[in-house]
Amino acid sequence: MHLPATLRTTAAAVALFAAGLAGAQNNAPIKVGFMLPATGTYANLGTMIENGFKLHVAEQGGKLGGREVQYFKVDDESDPAKASDNVNKLIKRDKVDVLVGTVHSGVAATMAKAAKESKTILIVPNAGADVITGPMCGPNIFRTSFSNWQPAFAMGKVAAERGHKKVVTVTWNYAAGQESVKGFTEAFEKGGGKVTGNLTLPFPNVEFQALLTQIAADKPDAVYVFFAGGGAVKFVKDYVAAGLNKTIPLYGAGFLTDGTLEAQGAAAQGLFTTLHYADKLDTPRDNAFRAAFTKAYHADADVYAVQGYDAAQLLATGLKSVGGDFDGKRDAMLKAMHTATIDSPRGKFTLSAANNPVQDIYLRQVVGTDNVVKGVAIKALADPARGCRPF
Amino acid sequence: MDFPTFLVQCLNAIQYGLLLFLVASGLTLIFGIMGVINLAHGSFYMIGAYLAYLLAPMFGDHFITMLVAGMLMAAVFGFVLEWVFFSFLYGRDHLQQVLMTYALILVFEELRSILVGNEVHGVQAPGWLAGGISLGGMMTYPAYNLFASAACLVVAFALYWVVNRTRLGMMVRAGASNRDMTRGLGINIRLLYRAVFAGGVALAALAGMIAAPAASVYPGMGGGVLIMCFVVVVIGGIGSISGALLAALLVGFVDTFGKVFFAQLSGIGVYVLMAVILVWRPQGLRNKGF
Repeated sequence: MHLPATLRTTAAAVALFAAGLAGAQNNAPIKVGFMLPATGTYANLGTMIENGFKLHVAEQGGKLGGREVQYFKVDDESDPAKASDNVNKLIKRDKVDVLVGTVHSGVAATMAKAAKESKTILIVPNAGADVITGPMCGPNIFRTSFSNWQPAFAMGKVAAERGHKKVVTVTWNYAAGQESVKGFTEAFEKGGGKVTGNLTLPFPNVEFQALLTQIAADKPDAVYVFFAGGGAVKFVKDYVAAGLNKTIPLYGAGFLTDGTLEAQGAAAQGLFTTLHYADKLDTPRDNAFRAAFTKAYHADADVYAVQGYDAAQLLATGLKSVGGDFDGKRDAMLKAMHTATIDSPRGKFTLSAANNPVQDIYLRQVVGTDNVVKGVAIKALADPARGCRPF
Repeated sequence: MDFPTFLVQCLNAIQYGLLLFLVASGLTLIFGIMGVINLAHGSFYMIGAYLAYLLAPMFGDHFITMLVAGMLMAAVFGFVLEWVFFSFLYGRDHLQQVLMTYALILVFEELRSILVGNEVHGVQAPGWLAGGISLGGMMTYPAYNLFASAACLVVAFALYWVVNRTRLGMMVRAGASNRDMTRGLGINIRLLYRAVFAGGVALAALAGMIAAPAASVYPGMGGGVLIMCFVVVVIGGIGSISGALLAALLVGFVDTFGKVFFAQLSGIGVYVLMAVILVWRPQGLRNKGF
């Protein structure tokens, strides 16, 4: 071929330019959209998750799989009514590659739906609604926290093993509470016990006195509750003030005593709860994580920080496996995330067929302001993912 | 349900009702007498609870002194707030009042977040109220809850006395029924309104302070209370203090026994009560001012 010199140079230049362009595209920052609560009851949890996520990214030198990370943020206000608008701001306006959120289960369910439709990758760093890795499961929907079923099921097993026969449950009349009670009942009745009453009150009502009187009249062997935040504080204090703790032991999913111990004070001492994380795990991994977190944010890490940190780890695993080629090798990346083993501060975990952590659930007891680990209630517990069609 | 349990449940109902009354009384004063829809009233309750959280360590066992100090601070706060914001609202329509008081909720929540943070806090009940009274071996009833009920009753009687038996109360009632005529009689209505507003804020803050040791102190705690208070005010008759007391006790009973007998539906019981009463007596149970 005898092309004129000018044409040859032009062609070379074009080729170079194109290559440069492609290179630039590959090195363009990966857009991570945080949809977390920045106001309202869960504001603190949102901050912990975001800080945990950013801590891992910082540990990787600010890059995941060789690509810079660019953050976008929307305050979801834990308001399901605004969830659809909020998630679309991130997907359509900011065109994020990965969605990270959120705390509130109702909002997270809407996010899962939007992520499914737009095929955006979603990593849920807290919300425990069973449906997210149940009927709504999908290859691009991941969770690094727990399903409501998991800690509850483990506590059901523990309560049965402790010889309790008759248990009354108390919770708010909303999805998370009902799922938790269901998980508890499943394991407890399998272990030979019987749930004799389900007491509920509307979310977020905290007038427990009527229910406590009811419990005192029913005289069960033990009580299982699902409450979080302000409700958890008040329930535990009211339970002790009514003197019920002397005769009827109280058990709960871990959120009963997470982030609430300072406020609960003496009332919470000795309580047993189950969760996928605990204080004083004293593993090198957890100690290193906690030290790094305290150094970076001058605050103690908690379970929410761990879940945010692991969301970043999961994303990092996926991006590394395809060398940052997010758009070109999307399927390979999803597969790498699905089969990843995450070296979490809570202990190593893998993901189930429905992308929910298969993890140890710890039995913890409150000592001072710590949920001290007392052992593993159930090893490598997988959510049954009821209603999830394999993908 | 056996009889002792029934009695305890009645006690629970009265106790909840009295606490509701304490918050709602301030709202009904401001709403009924000054004609301002004050959505920020729940925030005053929250501010009271946070005041208790901040003041309790300083006062220790001098709990009642703390309540008085907190009320005074809240009253001063209310006085300034009326001067700077609410005094501009009297002639305006309700939509503008709702907008401004809603804005105040957002401001107070954000300030709370900046100043105290978003964590849940507990407040220690004073030592002399720490114990409980045994109810026939079944359960103990916290002494603090009985104290709270007693405090609410004292405030209810004091309020009734001030509004119906004193010169100040007479002026307040006169101002409520005809603002211009009252001014024509040489009464400084601006100052009077300011005092009423300060009193309303102090009552809400007192309710928050009393609730804090029994409950806990957490972001957004004013919201739920605000809705219940509006229910109480509307059922009781806007501006009526005795009506608010009656309505608060009714709500307490419906809520408590609703939870026991119809657990799944307990959330709507109170609103059904409101609907029925409004169909029967659209103006509420009692008339203004009594």
